[in-house]
Amino acid sequence: MNSTAPAPDWPLWEVFVRARRGLAHLHAGSLHAPDAAMALRNARDLYTRRSEGVSLWVVPAEAVFAFDPDEHGALLDPAADKDYRLPGHFELPEGVRHL
Amino acid sequence: MTDHRYPLRLGDDALIAAQRLSWWCTRAPQLEEDVALANVALDLLGQARALLAHAGDLEGAGRTEDDLAFLRGDREFGNAQLVELPEADFAHAVAKLLFFGTYQELLHTALASCADPVLAALGGKFAKESAYHVDHATQWTLRLGDGTSESRRRMQDAVDALWPYTHELFAEDPLWTAAAADGTGVDPAALLPDWTRYVTAVLARATLVRPEGDWRPGGGRRGLHTEAFGPLLAEMQALHRAHPGARW
Repeated sequence: MNSTAPAPDWPLWEVFVRARRGLAHLHAGSLHAPDAAMALRNARDLYTRRSEGVSLWVVPAEAVFAFDPDEHGALLDPAADKDYRLPGHFELPEGVRHL
Repeated sequence: MTDHRYPLRLGDDALIAAQRLSWWCTRAPQLEEDVALANVALDLLGQARALLAHAGDLEGAGRTEDDLAFLRGDREFGNAQLVELPEADFAHAVAKLLFFGTYQELLHTALASCADPVLAALGGKFAKESAYHVDHATQWTLRLGDGTSESRRRMQDAVDALWPYTHELFAEDPLWTAAAADGTGVDPAALLPDWTRYVTAVLARATLVRPEGDWRPGGGRRGLHTEAFGPLLAEMQALHRAHPGARW
């Protein structure tokens, strides 16, 4: 058994990049940094060096909450038998071009 | 007409700083910092290439940037000794980048309005890069200086060790005087007040002590270098000297 604990690592941050104005910020990846200011700077280096974005967010990874992967089946799978949830029964009127 | 030795010397500063900083590739404390330091080193290398190429053009003897970087001996390099000093730990790399980067940012900003159109264009481009280098060094100086007792001790040691070598950046020199006189360059002595103001403020915020003392090592501008310079140059030039003209 290894008796020495590994050195504490920098916290993990999730990076969100907005590619251009009008679009939403999209998750780009994650990185390590000692604090938010350095996380933003690291994100600039890692994710926007080649003009990929006009705006950057960093969020502490521990602030992101998600379902347990084991529960995904019950919670997230589409209910295929409930076809009234799907907009499949409407007939498109003739001549409507922008629906 | 710009004296070709002027951009050559600025290029030597950037080239040797790039070579020294690139040692950190794969050795930085974190992957993210590895990328950041490599970015800075690449910026510096790009600056060196442009400046050496310009010096070669001005000289008119057909020497390329590679000839100037790889085929000169140690006594022909005019870089300040600060940039060639080994970096004993991460704090040394940070302190050097703070001192040298701040000098470069002020220099490049001033160069942007000089009479040599090539140097003016390069100065405008490099000033943005230098501002990022200074920001990075400042962030780390604050965190290490105002961090744990161990990080503070190391940061103060680095500041104390490198501070005397900053004087050479601003020392009087005939090449600077001539370049400033005809407008093709900058006299770094004019940058010293702003440099001192900024660096002093960062050190104070980082709870570090600004060194006193009047030891002013120098000689790099005349080709006199420290013990660490020979091995640095040998490593940088070995490939080109063994395989002249080798290409990737």
